[in-house]
Amino acid sequence: MQTVVDLTRCQGYAQCVFLAPEVFQLHGEEGLLYATAVPDDQVERVRQAAAACPVQAILLGEEVSAGAR
Amino acid sequence: MPGDLKDGRIVIVGASLAGLRAAEALREEGFTGSLTVVGDEPHPPYDRPPLSKQVLLGQATADSTGLPMRQDPNADWRLGVRATGVDLLAKQVLLEDGESLPYDRLLIATGTRARPWPNPAEAALDGVFALRTREDAGGLAQRLTAGPERVLVIGGGFTGSEIASACRERGLEVTVAERGPAPLVGALGGTLSKLAAAMQRNHGVDLRTGVTVTALNGNGSFTGAELSDGSRVDADVCVVALGAVRNVEWLAESGLAAGPRGIACDAGCRAFNMYGIVTDDVFVAGDVSRFPHPLFGYQMLSLEHWGNAVEQAEVAAHNMVNPGPLQRPHLAVPSFWSTQFGLNIKSVGVPTYSDHVVIAQGSLEARRLAMVYGYQGRVTAAVTVDMAKALDYYRHLIETAAPFPPPPGAQDRAVAADLAIPSDVPDPKGLSHGPTVALTGYLPDRRLTLVQPG
Repeated sequence: MQTVVDLTRCQGYAQCVFLAPEVFQLHGEEGLLYATAVPDDQVERVRQAAAACPVQAILLGEEVSAGAR
Repeated sequence: MPGDLKDGRIVIVGASLAGLRAAEALREEGFTGSLTVVGDEPHPPYDRPPLSKQVLLGQATADSTGLPMRQDPNADWRLGVRATGVDLLAKQVLLEDGESLPYDRLLIATGTRARPWPNPAEAALDGVFALRTREDAGGLAQRLTAGPERVLVIGGGFTGSEIASACRERGLEVTVAERGPAPLVGALGGTLSKLAAAMQRNHGVDLRTGVTVTALNGNGSFTGAELSDGSRVDADVCVVALGAVRNVEWLAESGLAAGPRGIACDAGCRAFNMYGIVTDDVFVAGDVSRFPHPLFGYQMLSLEHWGNAVEQAEVAAHNMVNPGPLQRPHLAVPSFWSTQFGLNIKSVGVPTYSDHVVIAQGSLEARRLAMVYGYQGRVTAAVTVDMAKALDYYRHLIETAAPFPPPPGAQDRAVAADLAIPSDVPDPKGLSHGPTVALTGYLPDRRLTLVQPG
């Protein structure tokens, strides 16, 4: 599973850092860094983080399938 | 026959952020026809911002940045094949493998590539990198992990500064060579670039400004570089961060209005042909486009912003499957972000479309501020440093053409909030890297050249 954060929207509320600290980390006071590939055991936490984000900046989904030619 | 727009053949050239988002949006808009996405890289769409941050810091691998899909757009992905031309009359995209893809509507989203070091022999030295693709980032991250003696970064724009930041965070010695007077000056103007320069020096970057790199040395492997001030830098890794080049060469014979600044289009993302006549069935989105924006004097804007790729792709997709009266304009206020040296820098509007700035909140000393840019008495941009929550307020001021300096609106209004000082936007010709926002009309403060008799 992949995740991407729309950092144009992100305002540094850090709800995601609280809910899924293994995936989302603050870099300094409010810069956000995140693991782009979400480990299987973190998917549920990332779903919760995406739901809790006040500006709805987190997107979780599958990559384009490997069947692409 | 508006119903027909939901069917037929759509080809998207460019399989990165804009291409993927357009493909998704076409299906969300009810397009049921055949959809083909052509990309010259062998990978499915991936996200680039982490390449100069997480990947260089060693927190993510370069091949782990695939973009998630909101929904499967059910497209035929033609990856690893380059488009070589468009026949507008026959309505076909030509591919390098000799195949032609017929289309009813075409979306061009071929983006940009890293501007290469001008001397090919020097660029080929082992240890010389650019940073644009997965391969670039993977190779550079590997070198940084191996612990080089010193990294030379050529160009102090956003990419160059983020690379320098990652190097320092990893404890590596780094030199940044910037032709302008300070890092980020092309994007943020002279005043805020002073903070960028202080930030780099405080973090131990060997920052050289007002210099160009005249030669890369090495016999097989990079060993150092000569600078225009006569000095030399000994380093074993070199990153060329001289901005981007728009991928338009494949359209040279197409008859479209494609040039070094991008492909000109109208506010509805419809491409212009070389005579300035709008096409009905060729659309443009993302870094490769150049579009008029009413908030900035209808100048044509070229943006290399993540958010612009997303928003423009969605507008283009909407307009590809809806008849004229239902089409939408792409009028989003430009915005971008950067994380470097532990600071979160965000921008809305077009800082280079300005004559003056004020520090509306915070201060340079506090390394936490909101700087507001104005042009001829109205607000045209704002940049925040570790103050992202303030940005929506300033976006609103820009959208409503609020007076500059902005009226009191914030609790922590800075002492300097009424002191407008020149924004000191440089002539882009003097910058080593290309600006990520290019106004392709006139620069506001350079419409008149005063010639004074000697």
